[in-house]
Amino acid sequence: MHLLDNESVAAGTRSAALAQASSVPGIPVAQPPSMDHLDELEAQSIYILREAFARLKKLALLWSLGKDSNVMIWLARKAFFGRVPFPALHVDTGKKFPEMYAFRDRFGKEWDLDLRVEPCPPIDAVDPTLPPAARSAARKTEGLKWALNKYGFDGLIAGIRRDEEATRAKERVFSPRGLEGEWDVRDQPPEFWDHFNASPPQGAHLRIHPILHWTEADIWAYTKREGIPIIPLYLAKDGKRYRSLGDQDITNPVASTASNIDEILAELDATKIPERAGRALDHETEDAFERLRVAGYL
Amino acid sequence: MNMILPTASISATPNGTTRPQVRIVIVGHVDHGKSTLVGRLLHETGSLPDGKLEMLKAVSARRGMPFEWSFLLDALQTERDQGITIDTTQIRFRTRSRDVVLIDAPGHAEFLRNMITGASQADGAVLIIDALEGVRSQTRRHGYLLHLLGVKQVAVVVNKMDRVDFSAARFNEISAEISAHLIGLGVTPTAVVPISARDGDGVAEHTPRIEWYKGPTVVEALDALEPAKPLAELPLRLPVQAIYKFDDRRIVAGRVESGSLKSGDEIVIMPTGKIAKIKTVESWPVTPVGGPQGAGRSVGITLDRELFLERGDIIGNSGASPRDTRRIRARIFWLHDKPLTKGEQILIRLGTKESRATVVAIEKAIDPGALSNEENSAIARNHVGEIDISLAQPVATDPYTDNPRTGRLVIEVNGRIAGGGLVLSVDAGRPAVPIDIVPVESALRPDERSARYHHNGAVIWLTGLPGSGKSTLARALERRLFSNGGSPILLDGDTFRAGLNSDLGFSPQDRTENIRRLAEVATHLARNGHIAIVAAVSPSSADRAAARRIADSAFREIYVATPAEVCETRDPKGHYAKARSGALQGFTGIGNDYQPPSGNELTIDTSNRSVSDATDEIERMLATTGILFDELTDLAANI
Repeated sequence: MHLLDNESVAAGTRSAALAQASSVPGIPVAQPPSMDHLDELEAQSIYILREAFARLKKLALLWSLGKDSNVMIWLARKAFFGRVPFPALHVDTGKKFPEMYAFRDRFGKEWDLDLRVEPCPPIDAVDPTLPPAARSAARKTEGLKWALNKYGFDGLIAGIRRDEEATRAKERVFSPRGLEGEWDVRDQPPEFWDHFNASPPQGAHLRIHPILHWTEADIWAYTKREGIPIIPLYLAKDGKRYRSLGDQDITNPVASTASNIDEILAELDATKIPERAGRALDHETEDAFERLRVAGYL
Repeated sequence: MNMILPTASISATPNGTTRPQVRIVIVGHVDHGKSTLVGRLLHETGSLPDGKLEMLKAVSARRGMPFEWSFLLDALQTERDQGITIDTTQIRFRTRSRDVVLIDAPGHAEFLRNMITGASQADGAVLIIDALEGVRSQTRRHGYLLHLLGVKQVAVVVNKMDRVDFSAARFNEISAEISAHLIGLGVTPTAVVPISARDGDGVAEHTPRIEWYKGPTVVEALDALEPAKPLAELPLRLPVQAIYKFDDRRIVAGRVESGSLKSGDEIVIMPTGKIAKIKTVESWPVTPVGGPQGAGRSVGITLDRELFLERGDIIGNSGASPRDTRRIRARIFWLHDKPLTKGEQILIRLGTKESRATVVAIEKAIDPGALSNEENSAIARNHVGEIDISLAQPVATDPYTDNPRTGRLVIEVNGRIAGGGLVLSVDAGRPAVPIDIVPVESALRPDERSARYHHNGAVIWLTGLPGSGKSTLARALERRLFSNGGSPILLDGDTFRAGLNSDLGFSPQDRTENIRRLAEVATHLARNGHIAIVAAVSPSSADRAAARRIADSAFREIYVATPAEVCETRDPKGHYAKARSGALQGFTGIGNDYQPPSGNELTIDTSNRSVSDATDEIERMLATTGILFDELTDLAANI
C-alpha cells in the first residue's frame, strides 16, 4: 500500500493579505498574515543566525558557493538588515568549476561580503588510509583547520542540512568541535527549545547550522521565491545537471531535463535518488562519510 | 558567462510545501522497536530512496543477520555495531494529508539528553511499547518527559504483537496501564494501536491477525496529529535578541513568540517597565513594512525614543506584559551527572535572557521511570523535580500556563545545558512606569564611558553598623579608583539625609524611602558609567534587597562586618555615647535591629586589617565580577 501523495498542489498559496502587507506600508490589516512553510523556515534560520552573532565573539560563514550556502547568505542579509556582519570564508580546493569561481567573484562584490579565500593543503598532507575521493575531500577539512588557526574563529556557520545524509541528520544546530575540529558524536550536549550550547572550550570552535532543518526542495522553493542567484550548472544541459556541486573531479551530474527551478522542484518531487548520488566520496565505503565528518568535515 | 537571476515569485511550489508538516518523535524503552517501526513506515509509504533497500540487505548480510530495518536510521557505524540508537535522527515521508518529519530518538537511558533534543522539536509523539515486555521504566520516563516538553499529542503503539500471538487480552492490559499513566500526566493518548513493525501488521494496514482491532493504523494515527500552531491568540511577547546599529537605525531584533506587533503599537519593556511606541518595523530587502507581524516571525523594530534596553528584555503590550521577578518556581528535568542540590549556583536561560541563580529549595524530586514516587532531597540525573530559584538579576517571564513559550527555562552548568523545565509561578515585581512619563536618556552610550574609565558602571553598597568603617573604606576606594583614571562618586547616607532626604526621619517607612532614593540615584550614576559608592548603615535586609533590584546586575554589596564592640569603641560621630545616654532615639548599633546580609559579594572586618589592604580586596572583587578591567578586549566581551 502506498500513501505517497503525488498530487500537485494548487498555486497561489501566499495570501493576498501578505503580499499587500509586505509591499504597502501603513495599510492596517486586522490579523497578521499566516506564515507558510518557507516563512517558518526563514524565521527559524534568522533566529539561529542572530543567536550565533549574539553569543560568539568571532564568527565566519562558510561559503561553498553552492545553492545552500547562497540561501544562507541571503538569510544572513535578512537577519542583519542587508549587511553580513562577519567574514564569508571560501575554503578553496582549487578544483571547483570555473562557473563557481565566476559566481564567487561577482557576488562576493555585489553582496558586499567580507570575502576570505583560503587554500587547502596538497593531497599528500591528508590521511592516506581514506579511500581516494574521500581523501581528496578531506583536503577541505585541513584547509578549514588552517583558516581556523589563522583567524581564531570561535564559530563557523555552515550550510549543511539534515536531509542530505544520515550522519548530518544527527547534528545539533550549535555543534561543539574539539581542539582539532573533530566531532564527538557520542557526547553531543542536549539542545532544546532553541537554547543552544554556545560556550566552546578555549581553543575549540562551534559549528552553527542555520539551515539544518531545510530540505533540498525547500532550498529551491526559497531560492525561487526570493530570486536568489544560482550557478547555471544546477540546470539541465544536454540531459544532465548537477544536483550538488563539489570538486570537479569527484562530482558527477545526474540525468535530468530540468531547465528551471519549477522543473527542478517537479523532478525532486518524483525522484527517489538521493541528492548526493553524484558525490563520489559518499559511496566508496559504508562509513567513509562518517569518518570524514568525525574528523571535522562539514 | 550567464548568471541565473530568477524573478522573485510568490507562487506555490509543486513539491507540496503548503501541505501541513507535522514533526513526530518516536519514543519508548530501548529495544521496543522504534527504529524498526520507522523503517517499516518508510517502506509502507513508498518513501525509501532507490537502492536503500538493497543496501540494507547487503549491510545486514555482511553482519550475518536477518534483514534489519533499523539499520536504515542507525547510520552510524557505532550504532550498527552495538545495535542501539545513540542520537536522534530525522527522516521524512508523506501520509495522505501530511508531510511527516519523523524524529527517531534513542530509548537507552544513557542517551536521555538526545531523546529530549529530539522530542523537544516534535508536534506529536508515538510512544512504542513491546507487547511481551509491557510498560518499562523508559516508557514511563519518556511519557513524563513528553509532558514536561509540552508535547500533548501522543499516540501509543503496542509493538511485537507477533510475539504474544496477537493476543487482544495482552493488548488491552498494556493499553489500560499506559493510558492511566499518561492521563495522570494530563496527556490523553490519541490512539493505542497493536502492531508488528517487523511484519507490517497495523502499520499501514489492518491484517487478519489483528482483526479484533477496529481503531486506526499507525499511518492513520499519524495523519490525525496536528502541527503546532503559533501562539497568535496570546498577548505579545518579543524577547530581545540584540540591538543592532549597523547604520543610523537602532534596530531591536527578536522573534515574536506570541501575539503580534505593528508600527504605532505602544509597548512595555520588561523587566524595567519602560514604555515606548514602535516607530517602524524594519526588514530587508524592502523596508519598512506595514501591517502586523505575527507569532513565529523574526523581526526588527525601531522605537520612538532612545531607551536603554538589552538582550534578554521582553517586549509586551502594556496591560498584558510579562512579570518581572527574581524568584521562580519551576518543574524541571535534570540531565547532568552530578545531582542538583539546594544552594547550588547555576545559570538560568529564559528566552534570550541569562542570569546567575541559586537553587533555594528542592521539592518533589522523583525518578519518573520508577513505579513508586519516592521523594529525594536532590534531583539525580534523568530525574525530575520542583525547585525554587533565586535570580541574581530581575528577569521577565510568564508562568507556562499563561504562555508556554516564555514560561520555560533551561539550566546551564559549566557552559553546557544540564536541564530544563517549566515556570510554575513567579513572585510579583513592580509596576510599569506610566506612559506620560518619558525618561530622556543620555547622549553617550555606557560603553563609550567604559572605554574611557576602564570600568563598567556599578553600585558599590557598603552596609554595616555605625562606626564599622564604611565611610573610611568608601573614601579610600574613591581615591584609589580615581587615581586609576576611573569615575567614582561617593554617596554618603548622612550627606543625603542633610539634603535630598532631609524630609525623612527614622521610622521603618522613612528608612525604606531613604534607601530607595539612595539606590535610584546610585543606579542612575551606574547606568551612566560611574561607580557609585554608597556608604549607608541600611540595617534592613529587605531594603537592601530592594536596592539590589533597582541597581540590578550593577549591584555589589559589601558587608563591613566590624564587631559591634569595636564600632562602639571607635564611635567617630559620638552617636553610641549619645544613644547610651538616651539622647539619641532609634539608633542602629546598640539595639539588635541590624540584619546582616547573606548574599553579599564581599565581607570585610576592619578590626584586623589596614584600610589599603581592605581596598585591595574590594578592587579584586570588582575585577573578578566584571566591573574593573585592564584591557579593551575585556570591554568588548562585556558589550
